[in-house]
Amino acid sequence: MLNIWIVTRRELSAYFTSPLAYVFIVIFLSLAGGLTFFFGQWLERGQADLQVFFIYHPYLYLFLIPAVGMRLWAEERKSGTIEFLLTLPVTTGQIVIGKFFAAWVFAGIALVLTFPMWVTVNMLGQPDNGVILAAYIGSWLMAGGFLSLSACVSALTKNQVIAFVLASALCFVFMMSGVEIIQSFFRAWTPQTFVESIAELSFLTNFSEVSQGVIDIRDLVFFLSVIGIALYVNAAIVEAKKGV
Amino acid sequence: MTTLLDIRGLTKSYGPITAVDNVSFSVDQGEVLGFIGPNGSGKSTTMKIVTGFLAPTMGAVEVGGQDVTRYPLEIKRRIGYLPEGAPLYGDMTPLSLLKFVCKVRRLSDEQTKYGIDYAVEKLHIANVLYQPIETLSKGYKRRVGLAQAIVHEPELLILDEPTDGLDPNQKHEVRELLKEMSGKKAVIISTHILEEVEAVCSRAIVIAKGRVVADDDPLSLQSRSRLHNAVGIRIPAGQAQACIDVLNDVEGVQQVRRSAETTATVELLAVAGHGNEILGNVRNAMEEKGVTVEEIFVERGRLEDVFRDLTYAVEGLQQDPDFNPETPNA
Repeated sequence: MLNIWIVTRRELSAYFTSPLAYVFIVIFLSLAGGLTFFFGQWLERGQADLQVFFIYHPYLYLFLIPAVGMRLWAEERKSGTIEFLLTLPVTTGQIVIGKFFAAWVFAGIALVLTFPMWVTVNMLGQPDNGVILAAYIGSWLMAGGFLSLSACVSALTKNQVIAFVLASALCFVFMMSGVEIIQSFFRAWTPQTFVESIAELSFLTNFSEVSQGVIDIRDLVFFLSVIGIALYVNAAIVEAKKGV
Repeated sequence: MTTLLDIRGLTKSYGPITAVDNVSFSVDQGEVLGFIGPNGSGKSTTMKIVTGFLAPTMGAVEVGGQDVTRYPLEIKRRIGYLPEGAPLYGDMTPLSLLKFVCKVRRLSDEQTKYGIDYAVEKLHIANVLYQPIETLSKGYKRRVGLAQAIVHEPELLILDEPTDGLDPNQKHEVRELLKEMSGKKAVIISTHILEEVEAVCSRAIVIAKGRVVADDDPLSLQSRSRLHNAVGIRIPAGQAQACIDVLNDVEGVQQVRRSAETTATVELLAVAGHGNEILGNVRNAMEEKGVTVEEIFVERGRLEDVFRDLTYAVEGLQQDPDFNPETPNA
């Protein structure tokens, strides 16, 4: 555990010593706010909730989360520091988890910084703060899911741009797998049960329930399993790609 | 003497390519082993396996009696490693990097303070401790890399091209440091710079195409040189031809070369067959014929020649004609 924490701390400080952290936070906050006010017509709706705020999170994460995750391994491999890191007395698993946590905590910090939205809605009316908290947790879990996929892809390449593009594409597939276009693509040549199970993998479907304040244990299990499996694959990729 | 590193039958292949081919050797406490070989000969791969970065295809590596693949973490704690090119986190400062390494290595606060003070003092990096590593010069980066390798006082120190990119003064300092630290530890350095082997190593292993082609102390390696016990003499330019004729008749001299020339003097090198001692014969012949010798010296041999001789054949390269004994005499 201590090793994971040491790695997490180093990685987190790496985010904040580069401009990436600040650029990310500024863009995330502006987009999240802008979408809520202008596209979601939050004020015009006259309802004291944050539904239109959370509804855009999956789309924001689609390209912002791969930007956070792309450097995790690609940078280490490009600069050769992976050799330095993996010859320290830490296991690959501890490093994989530590790095993921750092990125996840970072995404959490960005999410927490949207608190003025929550303050505003509480000044304007009496929202159900339990629903809002549940939606925040759900959004953070979804960010974790996207991040674990991005970290996994980042381990495949030395090039951060490739990592970003591939991670965005993979996140898109996971997000949209419940949507008709993707469904019809698979329906043509796979059995019905497979198509249904793909739909179950959809981030969008799983998140939409959580964002309405219903934390179903299945959604929790879903996001945590995606994270767990992606990190397991991530560690396997790191091990396999060491000598290359 | 305790054996700190024991490698038996180590082989590493990448698909059809064998990078390390049945390498065996051991290193004792107090030894400084120079690992020399052409680029791509398998030096770095061997080091990467010993440090637990890569897994061997075949063979066993033991550090302090423990197998690397079975006890990777224990062994990583005992080793200090400087990877080739000294890759470090550019966003960190040397101080934060050293602290990070101490934490991962589970040093106590006291050990951390002592270790960092020691490494900083030995490598003269006190004035850059608070600058991001990416802004440092190549020499400083290398020294920070060395600092992180010694901060926990490892039993086994493995340095992949530690002086690459350093200026002559810095090279000298690193060598002094290695000599000083060698007592209680075993040190392995890989290098292209053969003078380094002569300067710091108690033993040298020459590796080519993944195989060990020589394992000896630097002096014995030198004596394998074709120029071992060759006698060099400097004479006035006017007497050069006469002197060459005299030298060619001296018993034991196989070949005479002009090794250096200025307008006033010529330097000749009488190469001895099979490294036999010919100094006495040469000196007597010079006295007999009344040649004015300005300087006379015995070659111990050049490690560089030995290195080329040992590795050219294995690498499938043409031997350098300069070192072919069949070349006609000067």
